[in-house]
Amino acid sequence: MSTEIITPEQSSDIQKATGLSRRWFLLAFGAFFNGVVGSMFLVPIVRYLLSPVKRDSAYKSWVSLGTVDDYPVGETRLAKFVNPFRREWDGETAGVACYVRRTAADKFQVFAVNCAHLGCPVRWFPQSQLFMCPCHGGAYYADGERASGPPERGLFTYDYKVIGGQLHIDAGQMPTLSNTAKSVTIDGCKGNTPTNTAQLVTIDGCKGNTPCAS
Amino acid sequence: MRILKKTYDWLEQRVQLEGPIKEAALHPVPRNTASWWYVFGSAAFTLLMLQVVTGILLAIVYVPSAGQAWSSLNVLNHQLELGWFLRAVHGWGSNFMVAVVLVHMVQVFLFGAYKFPRELTWIVGVFLLLMTLGMAFTGQVLRFDQDAYWGLGIGASISSRIPVVGGSIVHMLLGGPIIAGATLSRFFALHVFVIPGLMLAFVGLHVWMVLKLGINEWPAPGRLVRRSTYLAEYKGLTHRDGVPFVPGALWKDVFFSAAILAAVVLFACVFGPFGPSGQPDPTIVQTVPKPDFYFLWIYAALAYLPPSMETPIILIAPVVGIAILLALPFVAGEGEKSWHRRPIAVLVLSTVALTWGVLTHLASFTPWSPHMDAWSGDPVPAQYLHSVTPLAREGAQVFQAKQCRNCHSLGGHGGDRGPTLDAVASHMTEDQMIRQVLQGGGNMPAYGKNLSPAETTALVTFLETLHPKDQPPAIDASQQQAQSSETPTPLEAKR
Repeated sequence: MSTEIITPEQSSDIQKATGLSRRWFLLAFGAFFNGVVGSMFLVPIVRYLLSPVKRDSAYKSWVSLGTVDDYPVGETRLAKFVNPFRREWDGETAGVACYVRRTAADKFQVFAVNCAHLGCPVRWFPQSQLFMCPCHGGAYYADGERASGPPERGLFTYDYKVIGGQLHIDAGQMPTLSNTAKSVTIDGCKGNTPTNTAQLVTIDGCKGNTPCAS
Repeated sequence: MRILKKTYDWLEQRVQLEGPIKEAALHPVPRNTASWWYVFGSAAFTLLMLQVVTGILLAIVYVPSAGQAWSSLNVLNHQLELGWFLRAVHGWGSNFMVAVVLVHMVQVFLFGAYKFPRELTWIVGVFLLLMTLGMAFTGQVLRFDQDAYWGLGIGASISSRIPVVGGSIVHMLLGGPIIAGATLSRFFALHVFVIPGLMLAFVGLHVWMVLKLGINEWPAPGRLVRRSTYLAEYKGLTHRDGVPFVPGALWKDVFFSAAILAAVVLFACVFGPFGPSGQPDPTIVQTVPKPDFYFLWIYAALAYLPPSMETPIILIAPVVGIAILLALPFVAGEGEKSWHRRPIAVLVLSTVALTWGVLTHLASFTPWSPHMDAWSGDPVPAQYLHSVTPLAREGAQVFQAKQCRNCHSLGGHGGDRGPTLDAVASHMTEDQMIRQVLQGGGNMPAYGKNLSPAETTALVTFLETLHPKDQPPAIDASQQQAQSSETPTPLEAKR
């Protein structure tokens, strides 16, 4: 079997004659084919990577903080719960802390421990009735209002309701300036502190945010 | 010997690397670049190799699971033979690498080495710097302790400030709604696969360009870079006054690299591994998180930005900073290389270095943060309680119990958030103090709701005693005037 060797000169002659060499065309077609297959891969990869990006409501649900009796009127206590959205290998990072302030028999304020500045854990000082942040010196009053330092706003609050003597909060994600922790809607809902089941329906309606928006 | 030669020939016939390696090794470089100033790039490369090797050795034990990472680090530190040493070398290796990369960059900047035709080498270098810092941050996350946990919280909080997509970016960064298992796994992937892979590729390109374009000649004042003539001038210089790269320049690189490695090992042995500090339990709020050394300056800057400007500055400043670095070789691609004739360059560099140094220094003692335990831990200096009334002593009690001490120091102990109060009475009157305590102002919260009138009186009585012996307490002169004009003087009384 004889092998036919084409010298570069001959190759360029062929190219001149045909305008475009068949092999170049095949290479271009092959590259295009790879591009098509590649983009077919790209879609699932991008969707896989974006899978943690969800609406806030997808991560949030109601969590119990124990009976209301654990929280004496007029005091602010640190409460701990396990994040409703968790994985088996989260270990202790699945835990979340929050501050529960009970102002009256049926009135609560539940604050995130995360400073509204950059998320560091604020500490409660009952003697001076202040929350202080160890990172950049943010300070908040007992009602969560900003007292001083770099935070632009007061502490983040959780929506809450009381069912059968149990305090529940609507939690699930780290509160930051970008998620509904800052939503004014929730603050508006808080006024309707539920004392009976009829009012609870209203609060549940608030979860979707729309009924309280006006 | 013959067997060795035969093996070599057998290999060379197949890989054919002798030619390119000889060409790279023996290419002439300007004689005066064989200087101790030119050793930092190779030292950074050596440190990168050290990090790769120690990183792999740590990865065979480390468990990248949020539930077990912290315990596996403690096993490395305390139970596995010399596990502490490898952690220490990797940790100190990262510190040295950031430092050497920065020194390298400063040298390149001062020597004008980013100018034509080495613009792309500089740009690739800027990306290498960013990747080095990326490795430092992700590495700090893998040391999954309290600092790592809250450091991630700061990262998430900064990302959340990005308009419109902030929330989605937080979810992407954390791999879910909270800092947890998914977060550690993705930072592990970044630290171990993504960034090192990119880094090795970029380092390859960086070194390739250094070999192809030649090492920057020692800058001489007045010798200007012009695109039209530079290449010929450089070629002439290397031929007229050049030495082969090996061994002419390389011997200094080799020595310096060895010295740097020795320094890393020395620091590792003397100072040991970094952390891990407390376990990453977010329900433990009794913590004072702090970033690693190289990010302290950012930590300090974040404390001093005015709240209203913070979000724009946090989001825009890094983009502008990186853009300036990338644009540098295009804006100043020609002209003077010597620092003797580039006063603005030197001034900018000194300003940046000074700012960095000051911010880092400030972050080492965080004057903006309350000292969380000062109220219960720091004693009131005994001399402030000598020969004072029981009321003033009661005031000292209030001062401690209401956490005033967390922000105000006495006798050099306590927080630095507010002014030190050792001589407060000599520049504030009683009325001013009462107003400040009750209404707050400046950076001070208002204590009106949290202090009873009796406590306020006691507190201010104590503060009134705080003045140097030779300086009387401040008084409101106008008030005295007013009081004295109300009560008639003896002369007026006579009339």
